[in-house]
Amino acid sequence: MDTFLQQLVNGLTLGCVYAVVALGYTMVYGIIQLINFAHGEVVMIGAMVAFSVITALAGSGLPPVAILLLSLLAAIPACMFVGFTVERIAYKPLRAAPRLAPLITAIGVSIILQHLALLIWGRNYITVPQIVPTQSYALTASANSATITNIQIAIIILSVGMMAGLIALVYKTRIGIAMRATSQNASVAGLMGINVNSVISFTFLIGAALGAVAGVMIGSYYGQAYYQMGFLLGLKAFSAAVLGGIGNLGGAVLGGILIGLIEAFGAGYMGDVTNVCTLNQYFPGFAGLCDANANSSLLGSNYKEVYAFVILILVLRFRPSGLLGERVSDRA
Amino acid sequence: MTNLTTNYVDHILPPHVRKHPAVFWVGVVLIAVALAVMPFVLVANSMTAWVRITNFAILFVFLSLGLNIVVGFAGLLDLGYIAFYAVGAYVYALLASPHFGLHLPFWIILPIGAAVACLFGVILGAPTLKLRGDYLAIVTLGFGEIVRIFMNNLSEPINITNGPKGISTIDSIKLFGMDFGATTRIGDFAVAGLVKYYYLLMFMLIIVIILNLRLQNSRIGRAWEAIREDELAARAMGINTTSLKLLAFAMGASFGGLAGGVFAAIQGFISPESFTLTESVMILAMVVLGGMGNIWGVLLGALLLSFMPEFLRYTVEPAQKWLFGRAIIEAEVLRMLIFGFAMVAMMLFRPAGLLPSAVRKRELAPQQNDGE
Repeated sequence: MDTFLQQLVNGLTLGCVYAVVALGYTMVYGIIQLINFAHGEVVMIGAMVAFSVITALAGSGLPPVAILLLSLLAAIPACMFVGFTVERIAYKPLRAAPRLAPLITAIGVSIILQHLALLIWGRNYITVPQIVPTQSYALTASANSATITNIQIAIIILSVGMMAGLIALVYKTRIGIAMRATSQNASVAGLMGINVNSVISFTFLIGAALGAVAGVMIGSYYGQAYYQMGFLLGLKAFSAAVLGGIGNLGGAVLGGILIGLIEAFGAGYMGDVTNVCTLNQYFPGFAGLCDANANSSLLGSNYKEVYAFVILILVLRFRPSGLLGERVSDRA
Repeated sequence: MTNLTTNYVDHILPPHVRKHPAVFWVGVVLIAVALAVMPFVLVANSMTAWVRITNFAILFVFLSLGLNIVVGFAGLLDLGYIAFYAVGAYVYALLASPHFGLHLPFWIILPIGAAVACLFGVILGAPTLKLRGDYLAIVTLGFGEIVRIFMNNLSEPINITNGPKGISTIDSIKLFGMDFGATTRIGDFAVAGLVKYYYLLMFMLIIVIILNLRLQNSRIGRAWEAIREDELAARAMGINTTSLKLLAFAMGASFGGLAGGVFAAIQGFISPESFTLTESVMILAMVVLGGMGNIWGVLLGALLLSFMPEFLRYTVEPAQKWLFGRAIIEAEVLRMLIFGFAMVAMMLFRPAGLLPSAVRKRELAPQQNDGE
């Protein structure tokens, strides 16, 4: 069935991006139990910086792949700088404060970042020049087959590569051991000779770098960027992290991909499922509406942004530790 | 009334005023007269716009006092507070506009709006209030978005909210045979609708403030404070923490619903545009800036931040035009930047707010090894 395959491809692509962003949330949360509200904004800045670079170099005659690489090379340090600065200025002084305090600064920071971006890049959607021509590849032999584009393939490969790299970093290197130790018990880790502050900063840097790549990916996927794009993206990625079990790297990946798939299938099928004419077979009473407009659905694709939140609320209600999480978070 | 002053106003008064209650009452009377005369002075000097601005500032005071119950009293971070305001506004708009052809009177709809908002608060709070605070924050954030998405899209296939176009020609408030939307003439003396709303809002503001003061020092208020300071200890003292948190949430929501109803009536037009995350953040900034948990502080914060954009519009934009020939930073953007910086700076340097409540100040001071 082609709709199914197409939505599977779209959902996987989107899910990979969510997963990469969710990794940023989950790493920071794992280490200092803080929801870094500003992470979505870091992703947005990554997308914006990349666009500036692509737009500036689009006519320069460089090969498209080189331009894309350069844009990544610009976005990653920019986001790392933002992530590092935010941690140092807004979170570090409040590490001993009650939990409400860093949450409020995090919101303040995300408002500041959004509006600085507005000042630099303007209020409107920015369209990216298509430097790499989109190519679609048919997945089946049928005439109206589901397709996968070269951009989607690139996003999936890049995301999987980054996730593998991150897991290798956390489980195979010295700094990874330090990160895991800090997340288990920061003060004891400090006693073992780990510089807890630099480990935390490092975590923010890695998260921001992942965010930058995610920003470039989502920007090239949709072909546009917007100063408020980080908000919804961040919320969905956070929902993904919670769904997978916050603090758990594998969980963030699983949650991201699930949220992407749910959104894609929701957008693809919910409209048909809740079509008033379909419903009329089971609940007579929609006949009048059906006659007026045969295509009207109760929950069409307009509602696709809602699914992630509904999942978030359901997970928190029934399984607050998430799919793969061990610790039940109930500390006030 | 003397009791009221000694109990609730004392700590913000300088000592020499505290010793002489007469000075205090003279001050109160002077302020009351100034506030009562103000709209007429403004109208006479053709500054009617400022009456409107003041009315909306008072609405924001309602909202921040409502959010203060949730964030300040009970210590629960609600980032989707505007959703309750939206619910109240939409209930009013649907029941008193040509959209459905319903024109119920104001004093019937307002409690309905508050009750519906309260119901939404309970629906949202019940599953999430058992969890830790930052989850609640993000769930409320998502909830605010859900409500806005639904308002935007519930025009198809059954037109309930009229989608992004919003609902217009909402009935104005009519009380005791007087229409607050129209100008009343007493002899040669014209009282504009806006001015009447100003008095109505002032009257409601006094009631809301008294309610809040009473609430803060009640058994419930003290229980909230205990939960906020140490939930575990509060539970050990026999406080039913979950139901009290839910109560705070529901009360905050009903305040939001009330304010929303009044907003819809004054504005006469509502659309999902008015209920974005930006507004939620703005109200939170008001509460944080003024001093979480302190009613007078919140009042100050709300007034400061609601007049600020207007002030900026009349000063910063002309100044930029004069200096650079064009407005580089619009007042709107500057306002949001200031909100952001204010939230960060307040948390870093004066976490208890401009007018801190005594308990809150002690509590927000950094401690060693908190919560682990």
